[in-house]
Amino acid sequence: MDIESLRLNPRRACALRHDNVWSPLEDARVSREMTANTADTFPRISTVGYDGLLVSFADAMAEPSNRAALAFRNAVDTATWDGVIETSASLASAYLRFDPDKLPRAEIQDKVQHLLAQQNWLDAPLPTGRRLWRVPTVYGGELAPQLDEAAAAAGLDPVEAIRRLSDTKVRVLTIGFAPGQPYLGPLGPEFNIPRLKELTPMVPEGALVLAISQFVLFSGPTPTGWRHVGQTAFRCFRPDGPQSFALKPGDEMQFLPISRDELEAIRANNLDGTGGATCEEIAG
Amino acid sequence: MSLFVHRIGPACTIQDQGRVGYLDQGLSRSGAADLRALHEGAVLLGQSPQLAALEMAGMGGELEATQPLGIALTGAPMQASIDGAPVVWNASHQMEAGQRLVIGAVTRGTYGYLHVSGGVASKPFLGSRSAHLTAKIGRAVQAGDTLPANSGPPIRGMRLTPDDRFSGGVLRVIASFQTPLFDQETLDRFAQTEFRRGSRANRMGMQLDSEGEGFAAQGQLNILSEVITPGDIQMTGTGNPFILLPECQTTGGYPRIATVLPCDLPRAAQTPAGGKIRFEFVSMDEAAILQSAYKAELVRLAARVEPLVRDPHDIPDLLSYQLIGGMISATD
Repeated sequence: MDIESLRLNPRRACALRHDNVWSPLEDARVSREMTANTADTFPRISTVGYDGLLVSFADAMAEPSNRAALAFRNAVDTATWDGVIETSASLASAYLRFDPDKLPRAEIQDKVQHLLAQQNWLDAPLPTGRRLWRVPTVYGGELAPQLDEAAAAAGLDPVEAIRRLSDTKVRVLTIGFAPGQPYLGPLGPEFNIPRLKELTPMVPEGALVLAISQFVLFSGPTPTGWRHVGQTAFRCFRPDGPQSFALKPGDEMQFLPISRDELEAIRANNLDGTGGATCEEIAG
Repeated sequence: MSLFVHRIGPACTIQDQGRVGYLDQGLSRSGAADLRALHEGAVLLGQSPQLAALEMAGMGGELEATQPLGIALTGAPMQASIDGAPVVWNASHQMEAGQRLVIGAVTRGTYGYLHVSGGVASKPFLGSRSAHLTAKIGRAVQAGDTLPANSGPPIRGMRLTPDDRFSGGVLRVIASFQTPLFDQETLDRFAQTEFRRGSRANRMGMQLDSEGEGFAAQGQLNILSEVITPGDIQMTGTGNPFILLPECQTTGGYPRIATVLPCDLPRAAQTPAGGKIRFEFVSMDEAAILQSAYKAELVRLAARVEPLVRDPHDIPDLLSYQLIGGMISATD
């Protein structure tokens, strides 16, 4: 039960083709052909359990396929088809759950296919209404003890690693694993470093961890195989607040370096959980 | 109206149909592990299946009615009594103020339910009263808590003969988008294997044990993380299957071999440790027929409740009743 097998592999970013997107599931016998999907043909529609469809744009994480997933999911939400219960977007795919009694499977498949054919989703712009969050972050030291080894694994000295990490605006690629918890990327290819074989027993809420050219900003204390490179006071999940979830898929984040003393000052006055972060609308 | 909790088992939570619409925020639905039990409790008390109940994993507790209150007991049968007198499971009962309901260990299955007339009236969060312990929403009910109840009318005791879903059996599954990651030999072997529910189980998922080698996918550790739904059968790195339940994560990188149909999920969740489970693949068309039949059955539940006739063995003061009053002569 672990999200961590995602990886960045731009070479496998797909070509978009509109033929062969759907193979009906008529065979009643157990068989691999039941969800027959011609390998490496995208976008691909497949079934998720009894009441779900998955629209995949790639079988590996890449910027265009994540953008396609976000844009397509947004288009489905905008279309407000009667019978769709909920939708989500993961790294390279969009998920639709529907009520087969209200919206028969064949009908929703047609709708999805029709929507897919309307444009090349890999060229689609990101949804509007996105925001840029700038989050004060302590890099390295006692609060984030694996910064030095992450820098070494990236072939950089710690100062240069901090410069590059804090200069990069990363996108909320997806939210998952724990409530409100974002997967963020992509970082430069030098940060395509593997996860640790041994789990760190516990990193605290607000920890910024790094692996495979992505950050995760933890929404609660958790064990992890990702390297703990930064510490924030930003709460992604605020069950007591008016907005329970701070972030939306597609938002951007930047983690600006501050000192430990500055973080302690922020923590002393952090009832709303923003951790000193600023938030602005992204134009367009 | 309320129930005061004097003692309680370690894994009792308030549950309703769950919290829909937060998947994109990493929050799975939660909700009762045995959703069918919520429907049974609803027809026993003549109220909506959307109302919240107390879910008790393995062990109940001791609860006192602070005012007169109708209750119903459903799901996995547990030993139960009111003020020391045994009461029937799968039935509704009227409690008077000060009476104590004692619910003991489960006798079959895993999850028992205590429903109250009007529904458990705890504070909702994002449209649901369901605790989601993995997400730190709500918490397990503790001794000293008060379970608030909405006011409901006095009830007449009713009973319902339940299906037997408390000892495992055949679970119908459908292929899902990651099924093709498994080769045909592995799929065939999976469908032919008799599993036993392992000891590792909670509301996130339950482990299945079997003889012989595991059921690994090709490229097991390198697939992209994708959406997870309750009922998915996920393989760990060693090819050990887990059936995922209402508090499962929302995405994951371990491949799923198939998905248990929603109509068979109550049976899956209720399987006790050591219970035998087999999987039967069905087509999407067959799945639709099974699901329709299940829904029709839930609708028919209301017509199946019958008045609870007291068993003479359960009447403590039986000897004081005038059982032969009015009889003049045995030979008339």
